[in-house]
Amino acid sequence: MIEPATHTCSILHKAELGQSKMLSGRIIGRLPKLTRHSHVNHFFRPLKYIGIFSVHNLRYNSNGNSKVYKPPGTTIKPEECIPESRYFKQKRTVPVCESHPNASCPPSCYEVCGKPDDSQKSNDKKPSPPYWKILATLFIAGVTIYAISTSNWFTAKKSDLQKDVSKREKDGKRIRRSFQKSKSPSTSNSFPSEIPYLLIGGGTAAFSAFRSIKSRDPRAKVLVITEEEDLPYMRPPLSKELWYNRDRKISAQLLFKQWNGAQRSIFYEPPEFYSDISNLSQSDKGGVAVATGWKVMKIDVPSKTVMLDDGYEIKYEKCLIATGASPKNLPVFESIQDELKDKIITFRTKEDFLDLEDIVHNVKYKNIVIIGGGFLGSELACSLARNLPENKKIHQIYKEKFIMDQVLPKYLSEWATKKSMLEGVDCIANSEVEDYSYKDGQLSLVLSDNRVIDADQVIVAVGVEPNTDLAKASHLETDPEIGGFLVNAELEARSNLWVAGDAACFYDIKLGRRRVEHHDHAVVSGRLAGENMTGARKPYLHQSMFWSDLGPEVGYEAIGIVDSSLPTVGVFVKTTNSDTSITSVSSSNETTQPSNKEKLNTQIQSSLQLNLKKEKNSECSDNSKVLLEEPKKYGDFGKGVVFYLRDDIVVGIVLWNIFNRMSIARQVLARDTKYDDLNEVAKLFTIHDD
Amino acid sequence: MPFIHKDGKDTIIFASKEDHATPSKIELPEPEPSPGLLLSSGEINWNCPCLGGMATGPCGLEFREAFSCFHYSTAEPKGSDCYDAFKTMQTCMVQYPALYGKKEGSLEDLEDEDPMEEHAKNLEVDSKGSHLESKVKELPRTSSVETGIEQSNAK
Repeated sequence: MIEPATHTCSILHKAELGQSKMLSGRIIGRLPKLTRHSHVNHFFRPLKYIGIFSVHNLRYNSNGNSKVYKPPGTTIKPEECIPESRYFKQKRTVPVCESHPNASCPPSCYEVCGKPDDSQKSNDKKPSPPYWKILATLFIAGVTIYAISTSNWFTAKKSDLQKDVSKREKDGKRIRRSFQKSKSPSTSNSFPSEIPYLLIGGGTAAFSAFRSIKSRDPRAKVLVITEEEDLPYMRPPLSKELWYNRDRKISAQLLFKQWNGAQRSIFYEPPEFYSDISNLSQSDKGGVAVATGWKVMKIDVPSKTVMLDDGYEIKYEKCLIATGASPKNLPVFESIQDELKDKIITFRTKEDFLDLEDIVHNVKYKNIVIIGGGFLGSELACSLARNLPENKKIHQIYKEKFIMDQVLPKYLSEWATKKSMLEGVDCIANSEVEDYSYKDGQLSLVLSDNRVIDADQVIVAVGVEPNTDLAKASHLETDPEIGGFLVNAELEARSNLWVAGDAACFYDIKLGRRRVEHHDHAVVSGRLAGENMTGARKPYLHQSMFWSDLGPEVGYEAIGIVDSSLPTVGVFVKTTNSDTSITSVSSSNETTQPSNKEKLNTQIQSSLQLNLKKEKNSECSDNSKVLLEEPKKYGDFGKGVVFYLRDDIVVGIVLWNIFNRMSIARQVLARDTKYDDLNEVAKLFTIHDD
Repeated sequence: MPFIHKDGKDTIIFASKEDHATPSKIELPEPEPSPGLLLSSGEINWNCPCLGGMATGPCGLEFREAFSCFHYSTAEPKGSDCYDAFKTMQTCMVQYPALYGKKEGSLEDLEDEDPMEEHAKNLEVDSKGSHLESKVKELPRTSSVETGIEQSNAK
């Protein structure tokens, strides 16, 4: 084992040398050219460039020419615009030298072989170059490549993937994850006994926190301990963009197109970004190490010590709980027999995505049933319905009358339900699963109206509950109503202990005590916790937002308290004046001509399905009849803005199919006063513009 | 006139473009500061999303040194006193080709034109960074290590 590794390393070593030589050679070779173009203005360009880049990242793509109001994938939001990173699916602890001669070696490999010689010496002999140019080039090469590049990594990954596919073909089915979690590192021997920054949980909040910590404390040593077997990744694409990709090979690599059209991985950082856990204590540069598959059992707050599931104890200086939330199941499925466990799943992790991705492409699975009418259920239903082979059917069962009932005012819920049906979702409203039967390998669900539907796969999307197992053993307070660890406005639970993300029940000094289960909240609260862990002492002031997509034509962003039980005022674009800019949205109306064939086909199919439903499903047909026959008297809810009021004060805002206006929404919320005429406020959002 | 409709507790207003033609009477407070690369104090915002993982990754310290040096440089030309910091950063980065790699590819790619001019051009034409993507697509498929091996063998 050592020998081949060393061998490969020496090749790599050589390669490094070659690369370095080449690098310097190239830069030097470029010098005359670079110098030729020298101009005072150039000096500021690298900075300017990065500055501009940042501005771009802070904006949504608002392409005026596009018929749809936004790009299909918008997971990377302004608050977190994380650049591209290349990720290849190799456990960090396994020496990758042997298996991936083309891939990079972990840092430990270089230790075995020694570091590459300083090939820069040759540089010194040459006439000194204009360094700013090198810097400029490097900033472009470095930042840009770091930020955007992915192509090279694909090729390295390909052979692996093919192997994986062939493995599947033999078994006919993706090998399901084992319930025994694999730990990395496998033992706690290599764990440090003391660590300045300890993060419990490895999701978005933890990622955001360590980025914030490392930004403010450059030599920080951060240890992330996560129960998941993966490095930090983002979840929104799992129910959105990853399904829009028709090339299964690409979605299997967990790559998706982000807001600017560039492809990226769901993983925030590639494995090389992270430090080796055994080197963390010694490193004077610090770093971020991740222990995956490990669980923290207990935090002893006074002695600032955590205990792992094998009893190992780690002393921390600052600790963050970012344990997130776990999907709830329905009581009816709780004592289900083992053979049905694969047929009735929840949906939260990348493994869940890969399982479902496999299932929906399996010819044996025809009826896919999603239970739940909230964000996840509705997004997933739309994503699946639009992107699945024709012989599959997506059913969405929910107990409310319309989807998104707890979030959107009734009329918008109704409208969204119609859109969802036009995407091809078979909506089963006012229904709950009362029972199930399993005969001759066929699972059927018995609904509350005694209707029975066949289900080859069931996805339970009925919400999540915060992971607060730690609370009891650690004597931490949780909120009896909202759930989650109780923290103050600075996200602090106790001295040197903070909580961020889904698991935090925090005090919002503007809107009161809250717990928020959205991606952007994990970003915002993780960042704030990281700042406070490095001494910022800042309260939660910057409101997080959220967004949801129901197919390509309905997208919305929201901020504040968006609760449909509150009174609302919605201001929408009046469409009767043949406003051409609205055509794409009102294309759901069968009378208008959709622009492309695909859309037309989908619509025809959807209409047919709706007609079929009229005969079969009384509940849906009633809805759809009303919805479809409702005359468009004043317009459609194509785009607009909805204000949510508490004591006549705007506490929440939904931007319905309009984008790039979140900062205005923040200002309106921040004003914190009664508005006499919300139509005047709506003017600020320029809802008639693209 | 905007059409106003009450639906229980919910109010629905349909407004035409003309209805919203006059400026709003509402005065909003100052927008939240959203610092980019530079804070209002003029300091570098190392948590700027625009930097990605550059300031927080394994060569974060070196990057910060080099970047700060350049940013605060008063030398003429600007940054000409930053060679050592730059060299240190480069030495670190070549150790992580998978993270910072393919610099040689990009340089090759940029060889034909002045990168700065090209970028300035592209930024004017396309403000959404699609140029950067196309750059990536143009990159050679061989991995940096392979290229490195070929290069060193050739020498």
